[in-house]
Amino acid sequence: MSQTKTKDHAALAGAFIKDEERVDWHDGALWYIREKRDIAAKQIPEWEQLREAASMIKSNVISNLHEYLLQFEANLKKNGVTVHWADSAEEHNEIVYSILKAKEINQMVKSKSMLTEECHLNEYLEERGIEVINSDLGEYIQQIDNEPPSHIVLPCIHKRKEEIGELFHEHLGTEKGLSDPTLLTRVARKHLRNIFLTRRGALTGVNFAVAETGEYVVCTNEGNADMGAHLSEVQIASMGLEKIIPQKKHLGIFLRLLARSATGQPITIYSSHYKKPRKGQEMHLILVDAGRTRQLGRKDFRDSLKCIKCGSCMNTCPVYRKSGGLSYHNTISGPIGAILAPNLDMKRHADLPFASTLCGSCSNVCPVKINIHEQLYKWRQVIVKEGYAANTKALGMKTMAWTLSSPGKFTKAGRAGRWFLQNVPFVVNNKFNPWYKQRDMPEGPKESFAEWFIKNENKKP
Amino acid sequence: MTTREKILGAVLKNQPPAIALPDTSMFKGDSIDLVQKYMDVFKKIGGSSFLVGDIAAVKILITENFDTAKRIVTTLPELSDNFELISDTVDPHSYENIELAIIKAHFSVAENGAVWLTEEVMGQRIIPYICQHLAVIVHAESIVPTLHEAYEKIGPGDYGFGGFIGGPSKTADIEQALVLGAHGPLSMTVFIIK
Repeated sequence: MSQTKTKDHAALAGAFIKDEERVDWHDGALWYIREKRDIAAKQIPEWEQLREAASMIKSNVISNLHEYLLQFEANLKKNGVTVHWADSAEEHNEIVYSILKAKEINQMVKSKSMLTEECHLNEYLEERGIEVINSDLGEYIQQIDNEPPSHIVLPCIHKRKEEIGELFHEHLGTEKGLSDPTLLTRVARKHLRNIFLTRRGALTGVNFAVAETGEYVVCTNEGNADMGAHLSEVQIASMGLEKIIPQKKHLGIFLRLLARSATGQPITIYSSHYKKPRKGQEMHLILVDAGRTRQLGRKDFRDSLKCIKCGSCMNTCPVYRKSGGLSYHNTISGPIGAILAPNLDMKRHADLPFASTLCGSCSNVCPVKINIHEQLYKWRQVIVKEGYAANTKALGMKTMAWTLSSPGKFTKAGRAGRWFLQNVPFVVNNKFNPWYKQRDMPEGPKESFAEWFIKNENKKP
Repeated sequence: MTTREKILGAVLKNQPPAIALPDTSMFKGDSIDLVQKYMDVFKKIGGSSFLVGDIAAVKILITENFDTAKRIVTTLPELSDNFELISDTVDPHSYENIELAIIKAHFSVAENGAVWLTEEVMGQRIIPYICQHLAVIVHAESIVPTLHEAYEKIGPGDYGFGGFIGGPSKTADIEQALVLGAHGPLSMTVFIIK
């Protein structure tokens, strides 16, 4: 499941759109979820006030994070939970390994956790002889196909049922050609039930961590987090620092927004509040930084830490819907991924803020009102300034800056452009011009506005 | 310097000036017709509900709707003549083969169909997740309009584990096709006692 970057977003998207039928289907499937979100949101008259309140609560969290982390930690300890702090992905993985090793556990079941995907925990543990099984159905499918999730809520949304049927045939011994979603789900249910019953270690992610009480909430539709956790001897929760919320009553606001924004459901089927370990059970919680405090220090980008991982920005994004989540070559894809990833590695993810039309639809659906499209635009400026922009873009912008720096150069360049478009259009309408890909160059006007103005100004009586 | 000190130091250095919490007291639901609203929403999310007079009626409906030859467990002493009482001391794995669990919820939420359960009413934490079918009993007067009233009712909560459950487990991971019964129960029934 390595994410070695070989190609940029444009090249990976280029490969994805070759299969036109699949692109249309993918586009439609995600838009359908966006529509379900709209229907659910419209049933709540105070929807916009809820978004505003959620955004303000998260602003309060970001600006008082130090205090809330201390409060949360103290309450966790009071509740009998062991608290760990991890500065980096490596440190997080080492902590998980040491917890399992101390109990001689060599098999672990995991529920959906984008953070552990981001940390490449599975690979780390497997290299050390610990087997990890992802229990969310979509993540399980991605795991057996050796691919990362393409969507944070719908991990295998880019796959057709026939492809999943083929994977099940290969890995679970189902009949060849079986592709019925219900039958495939039943097979996975049976297989994974045996996993839950035999694993002594279980790891979950965290949706919300309440500073006031020290409890954390995990939301699933499948029930996999609870099946793993309540049958385990050792329960581990991994969370990014930003998952804190101040008070328990705030859960009312966030849980009303989360599922409606994600899938159009009124609530996720299971919203589990974990507070104290079961008798005889060990409970650990790992607080992970991995770049979050750096993002906190970036004035223009710190609001990205408000994200509650609903995925609605992906479902609405015209670029995401037509390029697929894997083209973002980052655990969190889509618009939110494109503003989080450059903080982790600006050079590696320099292409992502450009994978957008800046239409602003992402910001309009975001339940915590992150100004995603504005941040995309700001990241572009930072990336160009830092010298990480792709060569063609940097060259284009330099030429543009040179041309626009004096009226004389601008007038000459405009005249030349019009002459080329009118007389020798093939010079620009060819594959060496990246703009021409999937676009026609416009017909050149006969004269510029300035030329027209001068001519007509003189005609005045 | 420990990792903890390093992270907390970086947070303190990088967090912006404090912004106050918003007033959220205006968020309230509408208390009209809660039973009907609850039943409508619960049906939409794939559950079934019955409005009944008493526990005796629940007993009859259970024998009519479920396979009583299979293992059925409950936390309700009123049902212990017919069904096995859940023990909170045995290994949770021993509940692997239960067909139906009948438990009581503290209350339910009209806007989303969810019931609120804590481990005391579950018998054991694993019960409402591991059973093939889940039946929950709730009193009509305990239904609240929205999650705001729900959290007011829960308060700080003296529990080790609690959860909202809103319907049978489900997945749409394969081509967005909705399948009821992912890892948790295949069905969920709520008996509302008038």
